[in-house]
Amino acid sequence: MSATATMGVAPAPAADESDAKVVDLKAARPAAGKGETVRSAAARARHGAGAALRGWLRALAGAVLPPLAGLALLVGLWHLATMNGGGIPSPGKTWDAAVTIFADPFYQAGPNDQGIGWNVLASLQRVAVGFGIAALVGIPAGFLLGRFAVLSQMMNPIISLLRPVSPLAWLPIGLLVFQRADPAATWTIFICSIWPMILNTAQGVTRVPQDYLNVARVLNLSEWKVFTKILFPAVLPYMLTGIRLSIGTAWLVIVAAEMLTGGVGIGFWVWDEWNNLKVEHIIIAIFVIGIVGLVLEQALMLVARRFNYENR
Amino acid sequence: MKKIVRIENVGQVFGTKNGPFTALQGINLDIHEGESIALIGHSGCGKSTLLNLIAGLTRPTSGVMLCDGREIAGPGPERAVVFQNHSLLPWLTCYDNVHLAVDRVFGAKEGKARLKQRTQDALALVGLTHAETKFPHEISGGMKQRVGIARALSMEPRILLMDEPFGALDALTRATLQDELVKIVAATKATMVMVTHDVDEAVLLSDRVVMLTNGPAATIGEILDVKLARPRDRLALAEEPEFAHCRAAVLDFLYKKQLKRAA
Ligand SMILES: Nc1ncnc2c1ncn2[C@@H]1O[C@H](COP(=O)(O)OP(=O)(O)OP(=O)(O)O)[C@@H](O)[C@H]1O
Ligand SMILES: [Mg+2]
Repeated sequence: MSATATMGVAPAPAADESDAKVVDLKAARPAAGKGETVRSAAARARHGAGAALRGWLRALAGAVLPPLAGLALLVGLWHLATMNGGGIPSPGKTWDAAVTIFADPFYQAGPNDQGIGWNVLASLQRVAVGFGIAALVGIPAGFLLGRFAVLSQMMNPIISLLRPVSPLAWLPIGLLVFQRADPAATWTIFICSIWPMILNTAQGVTRVPQDYLNVARVLNLSEWKVFTKILFPAVLPYMLTGIRLSIGTAWLVIVAAEMLTGGVGIGFWVWDEWNNLKVEHIIIAIFVIGIVGLVLEQALMLVARRFNYENR
Repeated sequence: MKKIVRIENVGQVFGTKNGPFTALQGINLDIHEGESIALIGHSGCGKSTLLNLIAGLTRPTSGVMLCDGREIAGPGPERAVVFQNHSLLPWLTCYDNVHLAVDRVFGAKEGKARLKQRTQDALALVGLTHAETKFPHEISGGMKQRVGIARALSMEPRILLMDEPFGALDALTRATLQDELVKIVAATKATMVMVTHDVDEAVLLSDRVVMLTNGPAATIGEILDVKLARPRDRLALAEEPEFAHCRAAVLDFLYKKQLKRAA
């Protein structure tokens, strides 16, 4: 078995090799002063560290400079467009307004006058609740639709009919049923989040490789083991795709829903600032909404990468 | 000797987009307890299809398949399968992949420590003790195949069904594992059916070489008895006239009688 035993062993790291060379050198040239060898080794180490640092800096510059240049271009164009006045505030004015707003993002002066931090948190909370309920309903539903063809044939026409409908069209129904604005906004989030979760989970279930199911059949695994050891891990990446898609739309929809329902929330805040004609605040809100959406998306991408077994 | 598997006039027709496709037709084969059979034939002739039938993963569209005198109604752990593409679960470590099988077969009657021992023994058998905690994507193709073999062996199956288990391995690893396999099969007295398209491997490992004709509607063309004494030494065999004769017979079947026309 010696041939196979060595197969799995990782190749010796390069560091060992260079160590061996240093030793060899010393052995081969006993006449050369010991100090010289030590000095040259130190120099080599310093040189190596310098090169590594330079390489790292170059990589960093390559990753950071182009996005920065893009951002600078955007601000530059914005500046040029607003030079001659007009309704749109200039970047400088917006920046000043942002500094004041973010100096105290969590102030509270009555139910309709709160800091931007509270507004963002209120929107996030609605998204979390609507989205959470959608996950609780949509993911099991997706498993059922994927596992039982009859169910999927039953539900597919309904889903295809309802999915293209803007979730805002469901807002009046929510208002009617819940009689209050807040749950109605959460309801729209639920509606827009549930479709990607159902469809992606169901697709994941139908795409579980037959090989894995064959393993389950040969082993004669119990239904529970099949679910926990094969179905669930195999479907997880698809589920996470569904979750990522729905959180993206949920964040799009909440802004619009809150504009209609009022209360506390970043969408309503935008509408309020429009009524106050504070356009610079609207621009700040646009950036804030964008950044929060980006963070949500990136966080889920990270989770998804952790659970992607195929392409690792 | 007792017949453990009987295949009587079995045919397999697949429904495809272009209508029914007859993969296998009129297959008749008795497999005796403890014997080793090599299934050989050109690519796409239906070797995997036949192996899946014996495993019970698919049902024949005609004919009868019996195991121990009873109809093969589905797969079961007494007929372990080493899949052509290893089929390890990517989210489980090598240890857990094997443990899943051990737990299923022995979990009801043995303690945790014993199950752990069995899992470790199976991995040690294929020389992968050091890779226990690794995930399938972290090991080489040949190592994956060896974990698949360990998983099948850990179940102590009565019949070991293998679909080109050494196809992805380099010649050296292949030879070592072949020798290892022969020892295990001899020790456990398991019955073995191995799909291969390597003529030397077929002759070296089997008591009978079953040769399939080209598809569609493939059937058994010839069956060759390998009358070589065991244990077989691969180096000494090269000089053996019987080995040369068997090899020539299989080669003759594959490359003269069943020459694959270039598509
Ligand atoms: N599920 C299926 N549906 C339709 N046709 C199939 C199916 N499975 C196999 N076939 C066809 O049956 C034939 C035999 O396939 P099989 O996989 O058994 O070949 P094989 O001898 O194992 O080939 P290889 O050596 O390349 O693995 C092929 O022509 C294949 O296209
Ligand atoms: Mg095959």
